[in-house]
Amino acid sequence: MVGLTTATAPVPVLRDPADIRRGRNIGIVYLILAAVVVFSFALGTEGNAVFRLGARPGEIDVTVPAAGLAWFTAALFAVLGVTHLVRAGLGRWTNIVLGTAMVLFAITFLGWAAAGNSFSLAGMLASTVAAATPIAFGGLSGVMCERVGVINIGIEGMLLTGAFMGAFVGSLAGPWMGVAAATLAGGLMALLLAVLAIRYRVDQIIAGVVINILALGLTSFLSSQLMVQDAARYNSPDILSRVPIPGLASIPVIGPILFNQNIFVYGLFVIVAVMTFALFKTRWGLRSRAVGEHPKAADTLGINVYRTRYRNVVTGGLIAGFGGAFFTLGTVGSFNENMTGGRGFIGLAAMIFGRWHPVGAFAAALVFGFADALQVRLAILNVNIASEFLAMIPYLVTIIVVAGLVGRSRPPAADGQPYIKE
Amino acid sequence: MKLELRDITKRFPGVIANDSVNLEVNSGEVVALLGENGAGKSTLMNILYGLYTADEGEVLIDGAPVHFDDPGDAIEAGLGMVHQHFMLVPVFDLTENVILGVEPTSAGGRLDMGEARERVAEISARYGLDVDPSAIVENLPVGVQQRVEIIKVLFREAEIIIFDEPTAVLTPQEVSEFFEIIRGLKENGKGIIFITHKLGEVLTIADRITVLRRGRVAGEADPKTTTRQELSEMMVGRPVQLVVDKGPPSPGEVVLEVTDLAVADDRGHGSVAGVSFQVRAGEIVGIAGVQGNGQTELVEAITGLRHPVSGRIRIGGADYTGASPRQIHNSGVAHIPEDRQDDGLVLDFDLVENMILDGYYDEPYSRGLSIDWDHSRDVAERLVEQFDVRTPSVDVTAGHLSGGNQQKLIVAREFARDTKLVIAAQPTRGVDVGSIEYIHSQIVEERDSGSAVLIVSSELDEVTALADRILVMCRGRIVAEADPKITTHAQLGLYMAGETAPPEVRP
Repeated sequence: MVGLTTATAPVPVLRDPADIRRGRNIGIVYLILAAVVVFSFALGTEGNAVFRLGARPGEIDVTVPAAGLAWFTAALFAVLGVTHLVRAGLGRWTNIVLGTAMVLFAITFLGWAAAGNSFSLAGMLASTVAAATPIAFGGLSGVMCERVGVINIGIEGMLLTGAFMGAFVGSLAGPWMGVAAATLAGGLMALLLAVLAIRYRVDQIIAGVVINILALGLTSFLSSQLMVQDAARYNSPDILSRVPIPGLASIPVIGPILFNQNIFVYGLFVIVAVMTFALFKTRWGLRSRAVGEHPKAADTLGINVYRTRYRNVVTGGLIAGFGGAFFTLGTVGSFNENMTGGRGFIGLAAMIFGRWHPVGAFAAALVFGFADALQVRLAILNVNIASEFLAMIPYLVTIIVVAGLVGRSRPPAADGQPYIKE
Repeated sequence: MKLELRDITKRFPGVIANDSVNLEVNSGEVVALLGENGAGKSTLMNILYGLYTADEGEVLIDGAPVHFDDPGDAIEAGLGMVHQHFMLVPVFDLTENVILGVEPTSAGGRLDMGEARERVAEISARYGLDVDPSAIVENLPVGVQQRVEIIKVLFREAEIIIFDEPTAVLTPQEVSEFFEIIRGLKENGKGIIFITHKLGEVLTIADRITVLRRGRVAGEADPKTTTRQELSEMMVGRPVQLVVDKGPPSPGEVVLEVTDLAVADDRGHGSVAGVSFQVRAGEIVGIAGVQGNGQTELVEAITGLRHPVSGRIRIGGADYTGASPRQIHNSGVAHIPEDRQDDGLVLDFDLVENMILDGYYDEPYSRGLSIDWDHSRDVAERLVEQFDVRTPSVDVTAGHLSGGNQQKLIVAREFARDTKLVIAAQPTRGVDVGSIEYIHSQIVEERDSGSAVLIVSSELDEVTALADRILVMCRGRIVAEADPKITTHAQLGLYMAGETAPPEVRP
């Protein structure tokens, strides 16, 4: 055989100027934040902040001089800012470093707010996990759908439906039946989306909005007709309580936060792990991703594009429905109108921030959950900022993230495009 | 293995795409299916590959009738297809693309990438394909992506392989490497169906030739005894002129002057990297080069569709760098865009609307705020007649016309005005031979009436036939200037692959 030698060298990959610009912009943001930290948190601040990491006061306390912490943070941000300006970002580390820096910024802020006082960091991290859980379910549901090329704006509605069914069936037949009903209801909502988007090729954004409106209307109507009349019968499910995992739960600091949780949080861990493995290491995952990137190529290789899309969208709905039950069976214990409050949308932002990767979506959800927990704690600390502004923090973080500070990660190439078989 | 198509007929509303077509391929031979665009080649192959169902006729393998509902069935029966537009997932690596659909797995559906990479490496070695099983496909040059497609069908143990216009995107050097691969496949006992409209290739590689015209088999030929002239007559149905009839040029003053032009592509990468040239009135300058070497961006910059990063564009002595498309158009520039369906026409508009797209906002097409549809219609009817656009009426939408007639519609609109500069990108891509002759003659006529003409084409035959001077582009630069009368295709091919011209061009 003749060996062919020319033209096999890969085309050199040049760096996208938009990426360079973004790296520089982030550098500028670091420098601005460094200035903010110096002027707001470092200068004129006195006293120590006591961060409680244990469950009870005095168990594991870390005492930090608030001003010193602020000077440290400012110095680090200044270094990071200059590094980003010079090197135009840190490549694939940019987002990870950015996320970590934001957490440090928040801790510095807390140190300033809690100067001369003590503050339960452990409690805040626990509420971070609680706030992140529904967002993460939303994000994972989104990953599931968008990896095969179907945009799911209806996640909010699927969470809400799950929350309602969890409370309703949970009250009548026990919380486990509630979980099952919530999961199924989410799947049914997703089936509706799938039929509209895949079979009838309705614009996927519109189909998703329709699902949200349908879910909001239906659950509000039923709760006002049934639950308000006889709350004891229809809207008082037993909450699925925390189940500490023996051994793991007694690890200091992170044990109680991660391993003394209810089945929803454990379910989340399992879904993140299984989905990551399945998407990237199995035949199913390879085919799913191929359908989301280049459905025609998949079709010519004998992969059924429609069936793959239906299956994944419905699975995404099952995940969202299960996550929705967390609201009523995992925390609150009853259903309120529109109680999901946009968590499904923030979940989509988490999916984008997390680059359509299950672990990324989960990590991003933790960032949003942290922002959510932060505003609640700050309200308790009596910080001199109007509570309305504090309540905006999670949404502000979402806007900043989605508006592209974190860069345009590349969605699956066929995302949102109906496939028409010839 | 022996594959036979017997009396295949396929009708679409209003057309018979295939009319009792017969074709036979055996292991170890290359059968060329030659025909113009729209002759029914792709329909026939889509039927064979299970994408369409034939209305009549049957497919036989080793004498036994078979029926394919989808490509999966065809693959199973031992058929493989290398599509003209590659069916590769850009973000996957080479091996992932190869195994998609037939993945080797261990328990639980877990991919066995180790085994897969080994098998890919083995196929690559056996057929001399020389690829890296772990390379990400979007970073590979087109020629290598095509090898990925070949490995895909070999991995599925295909015995008969269909190639759909495989050389359209390759450099002449890549084409000869590709022919080596084909010969290797043939020696290994594979049967090949080679679909093309290029006469030269058929004569080089085929063992037998079947010519399709308007859905029917127009004839069969033996490449050892037939000629290009004979084949082209079979293809078109009448004698065709293979050379463009034109006299010597009489260059006048400089009309287009491009100086140190640099242009970025959509992703911001430098795509045209400092190009300078001139086009004079009364001459045709052809830009040759493999697709994707900056020609598209160059044309977009000259016509105002893309802002250059640096450099100057002067038209008729005035500076038009960064001017709007309308300003450039109004200075007397006619533009035949590379993609007529996306950039040249609005397919859902009728012919009248398309004909006035370049001037609807002004006299004589509009008065004040309203368009004078009666006048517009008269103009459109006159131009359709004059430029031989074959259409039932001017009221049908442009999408209903054949490729050749769509292109003639654009030519009519652009050439009807007074032009001093013509920019034509891929003017005859996907156009039937009759229309090619017509469009070429119109372009020569523009030159003879004193316009400067710039032709961009990836078809070497077209550039050498039309141009008075040839500039060869490679990786965003002009690497050579050549005289079409004395430069061989082989030499041009070397330039296209990036070899720069020696100080003096040798005959």
